[in-house]
Amino acid sequence: MSESAPVSVPKRSRRFPYRFHLEPRLKEPPAWYPAAVSVGAILVALVIGGLVIAFAGGNPFASYAHIAKASFGSIGVLSDTLVKATPILLTSLACSIAFRMKLWNIGAEGQFIMGAFGASAVVLIPLFPPETSAWIVIPTMMLVGMLFGALWGMIPGLLKAKLKVNEIISSLMMNYIAVSWINYWIFAVWTEGGFQMSKVFPDYAWLPRLLDYAEQIPFLRGLTTHAGLLLGIVAAVILWLVIYRSRWGYEIRLIGDNAQAAEYAGINITRNTVLVLVVSGALAGLGGMSEVAGTVHRLQTSPIAAGYGFTGIIVAWLAKLNPLVAILVSILFGALLLAGREIQPSGIPKMIQGIILVCLIGSDFLMRYRLRIERIAEEA
Amino acid sequence: MNTAQLPGSTPSAPQSVPLMVEMRAICKNFPGVIANDHVDFDVRNGEIHALLGENGAGKSTLMNVLAGLYKPESGVIKIKGKVVNFNSPRDAIHAGIGMIHQHFMLVPSQTVTENILLGLEKPRFHLNLREFDRIVFELGERFGLKVDPRAKIWQLSVGEQQRVEILKMLYRGADILIMDEPTAVLAPQEIEDLFATLRAMVAEGKSIIFISHKLQEVMAIADRVTVLRKGKVTASGLDAHSTTRQELAKQMVGRDVIFHLDKQPKKPGQVVLSIHDLHADNDKGLPALNGVSLDVRAGEIVGLAGVAGNGQRELAQTITGMRKCKSGRVELNGESVANRSALFGILRGVAHIPEDRTHVGTAPNLSVTDNVIMKQYRQPPLDNHGFLNMSLATKFASKLKTEYDIMVPTVETPVRLLSGGNLQRVILAREISGRPSLLVAVQPTRGLDVGAIESVHRLLLEQRASDAAILLISEELEELLSLSDRVFVIYEGRIMGEVKIESGEPAPELIEMIGQMMTGTPLEKVHVGKAEKHV
Repeated sequence: MSESAPVSVPKRSRRFPYRFHLEPRLKEPPAWYPAAVSVGAILVALVIGGLVIAFAGGNPFASYAHIAKASFGSIGVLSDTLVKATPILLTSLACSIAFRMKLWNIGAEGQFIMGAFGASAVVLIPLFPPETSAWIVIPTMMLVGMLFGALWGMIPGLLKAKLKVNEIISSLMMNYIAVSWINYWIFAVWTEGGFQMSKVFPDYAWLPRLLDYAEQIPFLRGLTTHAGLLLGIVAAVILWLVIYRSRWGYEIRLIGDNAQAAEYAGINITRNTVLVLVVSGALAGLGGMSEVAGTVHRLQTSPIAAGYGFTGIIVAWLAKLNPLVAILVSILFGALLLAGREIQPSGIPKMIQGIILVCLIGSDFLMRYRLRIERIAEEA
Repeated sequence: MNTAQLPGSTPSAPQSVPLMVEMRAICKNFPGVIANDHVDFDVRNGEIHALLGENGAGKSTLMNVLAGLYKPESGVIKIKGKVVNFNSPRDAIHAGIGMIHQHFMLVPSQTVTENILLGLEKPRFHLNLREFDRIVFELGERFGLKVDPRAKIWQLSVGEQQRVEILKMLYRGADILIMDEPTAVLAPQEIEDLFATLRAMVAEGKSIIFISHKLQEVMAIADRVTVLRKGKVTASGLDAHSTTRQELAKQMVGRDVIFHLDKQPKKPGQVVLSIHDLHADNDKGLPALNGVSLDVRAGEIVGLAGVAGNGQRELAQTITGMRKCKSGRVELNGESVANRSALFGILRGVAHIPEDRTHVGTAPNLSVTDNVIMKQYRQPPLDNHGFLNMSLATKFASKLKTEYDIMVPTVETPVRLLSGGNLQRVILAREISGRPSLLVAVQPTRGLDVGAIESVHRLLLEQRASDAAILLISEELEELLSLSDRVFVIYEGRIMGEVKIESGEPAPELIEMIGQMMTGTPLEKVHVGKAEKHV
């Protein structure tokens, strides 16, 4: 009741011989540290995943080997991995720029779908007479796709900027509208003989693929990697330059880190909110265009609304919002998606994705805290 | 009830009056700050005891100790004669202590009754809201706290929300109520209502601790007054009815050693900033500026004295374009800058050292470089056709790092790792390097150590020497007196008066004058010296 005396803990006979202390980091960790933590987190995730596989009665080593083989084993599957990585890359870029400003755009999926719709509309209306040069059709598809994606991003942007509507909710809801919207068109207007898909695009509306050059270079036979990957990489480089080297990118970073300071520095937050979501939507829209013109070649719900926009969120996050790192992470996730096709049950790669995400996000903790392990002195 | 003898316990109150609260030799430190230094404080049964002091004097810390939010390093607390050792606010509530914070802790989407019942153990399963609505209503009636028990919190005015907070504490059986600056958020009429409630509660046998820095209110409501300054008691349990405002003002503001600075006499130039009859609201929509007029000329430092929360923040924000005004004029070199944007001012040479270094002045995770270019990245040479010249930015930052002694390993270091003094140097370097024509400095030395304070002062005087107009808003009277050429005093959004500061040691009368103006006496009514009794 009186003065607080040091409390003596009753001694247990057996104790864990180490004591763990978590301390906030006061100094910036060395440059190699973040990368090492990320790699460590992925390794831990693979171990956990392996345990689950073993528990399910599988052989984790064989499973991992199979995943690796199914995704990177040959030039053919590597190409397929890259095809899967392309839409993920563009949606992850869309998320990167928005997240950089702490605008939580969960609507990359819908913007992606609307981009695919816009690009398809160019072909299906049709905007150009048959046999128009691909040099005119493809850029128009890109433009219209980006426009529709941008529009889909602008709506939550305006709602947020003008009415302070939470962009997480509004952009998420816009996804469902987008799915219903393309469903309407492929069910009612552009249906191909009653099936829920449009007709296949004419070949001048296809993005060039590696196999198109197989006549000159036989090595490329059967490789379906298409020019969308190139678009994605170029977009990543440009986005990197914009974020880290441009005035506008500086404004985005400043708002994202401290909106009050940005306001104090005279930056118009309202305008940037709309602008960033427009650009974010346009990037996702470009992803939709690339997918429809490079892989699917027709407007159809299931292969387009396949959740690339959501995977993009994860990838952007794992890449720490760095567009160049996003290229690598997208390929990793493309591989996991592809492995899902090869491995039964297909849930295993999805589970591994989830575990990797949890471990990576959890590992962020180690960026801010350090773990000190201390051996408890034996007391006789 | 007699408990064990305790070191440092010196019973001083008359035995006949039972003490509800007895705090002895309370010490509480925060990193780098001694918030409470052997503070003694007591509350009698059925009294209103005011705790008076400037911001940062340690009032809230002391009360947070009493309410179980902080654990003191040393000292003894007795409630109704019993030594207590609070480990959480829950313990304090059980002992009958209820604190009503400045920031209300209510759930906006729930009703008054629901908020009052929140966190209680009873009722455990079935909640008969109607029954409790009635209880809450009756409780309100008893203490003159009129509020509809079924209203949702978001529908209530600030004054009504405060009543809910009080009801919450009364419902929990609190008989010692701590009110932390309860009038800060209220409109004048609401203040009257609050005072009526406080009197009703005292009549019912409750004891109230009233934290404030407004003398007028303290004189109007309190029975006794304790004054804190810089963590120490300067006046203990004075009878509020036999003391004077002057006396309290003197205890509160104090007289400290004046720093000696190399301030050269200088003839000010033309008027740079001219403010006329400015009216503006604060964040809550209450009037914060009620007709402020002042001017600042080139090459002079004009101080604005006042206790925090009297409109200083809003004034700085209105000048720098971060707040809209309702009426009045703000002119910079003859051009109107009121109700424009922050950018408008920045492009016209307005520099601003904000009060809040970490939340407004800097972006914590960005590098020193990114932080020092915040005001100049728009113009060449840093801007290169929409791109930033990063190598030049780095060079610029490195130059500032040397010139302003910013202690940081590299300019790539994120500023969140910087100490307060270094952070302030980053801000000063950025603001001053733009060669401002007007510099608005708000609390530029708050929380800094002596060395950092000196360097900030030196930089401000250098700016004065190079003909910048400087508006220095500060709560540190010593700072204002040693730096300023003129000082305006603000109180509740009005200018109480203006005094000229001659170089050399300021007369004690001058300090007393400012102290009185800071607590609400206009210049023409200020009495200094012996004639204290007539106010």
